[in-house]
Amino acid sequence: MENVASLAVLLAFCAAIYALLASVVGRVRHKPFLIVSGERAVYAVWALISIGSTILVYALVTGDFRFSYVAQHSNRTMPLLYKFAAWWGGQEGSLLFWSWLLSTYSAVVVFTNRRKHRDMMPFVIGILMFVQTFFLILNNFVVNAFKMLSLEGSITAVQDGNGLNPLLQYPAMAIHPPMLYLGYVGFTVPFAFAIASLITRQPGEAWIHTTRRWTLVTWLFQSTGVMLGMAWAYHVLGWGGYWGWDPVENASVLPWLSGTAFLHSVMMQEKKGMMKVWNIVLISTTFLLCILGTSLTRTGLVQSVHAFAQGPLGKYFTSFLAICIAGIAYLIVDRLQYLKSEAQLESVISRESSFLFNNLILLASCFAVLWGTLFPVISEAVSGEKISLDSAWFNKLMIPIGLFLLILTGVGPLFAWRRTSTESLRRNFQWPGIASVVLVAALLAAGVRSFYALISFGFCLFVALTVLMEFFKGGRAIAAKNNMNLLRATFELTHRNTRRYGGYLVHMGIVLIFIGFTGAAFNKSDVKEMAVGDTLRLGRYDLKVVDLKEDENANYTWHRATVLVSRDGDVLGTLEPEKRFYKASRQGTSEVGVRPRLNEDLYLNFGGMSDDGVRAVIQAYVFPLVSWIWIGGLVLIGGTLVCLVPSKIKMQYARTEVVGITSKYAEVPK
Amino acid sequence: MRKYGKFAVLIAVVIAALVWLASTGVSETKTYYKTISEVGQMGDRAFTERLRVAGDVETGSIQHANGQVSFTLTQEKRELKVAYAGADPLPDTFRDGAQALADGRMGRDGVFHASKIQAKCASKYEAKPGNLRSAPAPPINKT
Repeated sequence: MENVASLAVLLAFCAAIYALLASVVGRVRHKPFLIVSGERAVYAVWALISIGSTILVYALVTGDFRFSYVAQHSNRTMPLLYKFAAWWGGQEGSLLFWSWLLSTYSAVVVFTNRRKHRDMMPFVIGILMFVQTFFLILNNFVVNAFKMLSLEGSITAVQDGNGLNPLLQYPAMAIHPPMLYLGYVGFTVPFAFAIASLITRQPGEAWIHTTRRWTLVTWLFQSTGVMLGMAWAYHVLGWGGYWGWDPVENASVLPWLSGTAFLHSVMMQEKKGMMKVWNIVLISTTFLLCILGTSLTRTGLVQSVHAFAQGPLGKYFTSFLAICIAGIAYLIVDRLQYLKSEAQLESVISRESSFLFNNLILLASCFAVLWGTLFPVISEAVSGEKISLDSAWFNKLMIPIGLFLLILTGVGPLFAWRRTSTESLRRNFQWPGIASVVLVAALLAAGVRSFYALISFGFCLFVALTVLMEFFKGGRAIAAKNNMNLLRATFELTHRNTRRYGGYLVHMGIVLIFIGFTGAAFNKSDVKEMAVGDTLRLGRYDLKVVDLKEDENANYTWHRATVLVSRDGDVLGTLEPEKRFYKASRQGTSEVGVRPRLNEDLYLNFGGMSDDGVRAVIQAYVFPLVSWIWIGGLVLIGGTLVCLVPSKIKMQYARTEVVGITSKYAEVPK
Repeated sequence: MRKYGKFAVLIAVVIAALVWLASTGVSETKTYYKTISEVGQMGDRAFTERLRVAGDVETGSIQHANGQVSFTLTQEKRELKVAYAGADPLPDTFRDGAQALADGRMGRDGVFHASKIQAKCASKYEAKPGNLRSAPAPPINKT
């Protein structure tokens, strides 16, 4: 069976090369048969990688411990879900998973475009298969997932495997990697269309229209992946945070930032024919960052202090990135004339300008994160000393950037195209502006002194009000015209232009997430060694340890503290933070006890037992507003889904100035 | 071209502000990765810079006393005494023989005063091939 799997993946490699050559040669020499055979080869690649993957998953689930990969990442006692998740739990498997996702996407692209974009598709396939070939080289020749364990020349099996890393044995973590990978891999498709359209000098914006939905779905996966990663860090790692600017986290957020910039700046190209070079650069950057992100998480480039997962992978990724950058740069320089802008910037206070700054800031933050992440590598190359930057550096830089972005979220969509009149500025921003100033003054009076927190809350209210006013004004206009109630009219409004109002919902989600982030300025924490009966006071909470237990099951041993929580004398219930120690992998994990509420979370972590074995180290935290991050994430996902629903009224993106429904109806008398 | 002048000025201001933030931030938070032997060769600089030192925790060296944890890191037969009194409890996986990363400053007394015992996201942990039946390499936890 292992031979079948290896052979299938090897054949997939051959088929990918064939698809690449057949498509491109067929297109250049005008041989339809070759093009068709190239398309079919794409399906063959998918089928072959699927066979290989199925066999690997089967081996993981049934516990075929002759496979080295199975022995390292699965064991007999793990629940079925995690046996399956072990597919992407280790290096070899996750790269096979990458390949499989890309082949699936490629097959879908070929199928859905089987009658469209005939002149462009061969190059799209060519680029997809070029990337596919690279990953299949890794799968076949560098990190083969089908290695067998052997002892003195004959294949052998171990009794039981090491098991999936226990930190990954958590439901959100089981689906977090696939979400991120769906995002990483998905950006390859718009990239392929962009480059293909550049190669063939497509007139118009065909590649943007074709891939807009695709990009949105990809972005949705990426956002969900990042959010799940944060939720996982918060609930599993037990250090009381959700974001630590770890290189792996940074790797996941880098393409998200540039992808967000891309989603915004393509609107400039759709409406005004501007920023064409920029958009090609952005989608290419996003693609390259996806590859870099995969390489950062898979090769240990940055954490090279630790000899984990080091291998020859790094130089493969570096070479691949170098080839891609050279190719893209050549194409852009060679075809600059084709990418000429059709319009010019007119005013600093205009929609165009807000997109420009949105892009500038997103890219700057992307660059800053990349710089900070790669700083050890850069500094070693420059000065010979390996210097790292810690989370304080990232926070110092990213908080102002984030706040600037937040305010752009509010004002950008309300600026008119070309230029904005003072009158419309006043109309749109007067009340939100006043309300925010009042809020900040009230918070100051209430004793809030954190500068960034004040600004952030002010901006959050401002943006939230501008967004709500948009819904209200549009909804009221429709309600008046069609005799509907306001709620129904708001749905109608959203349905008529899902892109715009879905976008507003996404912005609303961002505001809620920022509210959650800002809560971190008011975190409280304490730590104490506690025996049964001991108490700890944190903020308004009184914590009392009422029980300490330990036991074991087949998978792990555990210690658990039962903590009675009361606030201002009222008993609220108990929390049970737990420490687990997994037998197979000899690793510990924390199961934190959280009391989530909208205003604040009480978060208890079982730090460990003291040396005498009688007392437990309990870390207690109060995290104000942290739940809003998860709520905002859900709103963001919902808003993106709304964007994906086709608008009821087909929007014609003629290149004219669009006068928004709001400015038209803003002064409708009651 | 006055319009473009305005854009250029705005963009320049934004970028300059970020560069300023980034460069002042670097000098405040930079941490040097050093091996134990390199720390010994740094001379006086060792006492002024923030350092990050990796090594194995010597078996039996971990001692808890008055809220402080002290242990010995070894790397290529060189030893470094480390004292840790931070607020966060040690990572789950910190124990004899584990591979640890101490973040802090070198004291004049020859003891490394760690403010953080650092660790990594465990997804990068891979057992060394051929080592499967012996104990897996000590995994390291996230910071």
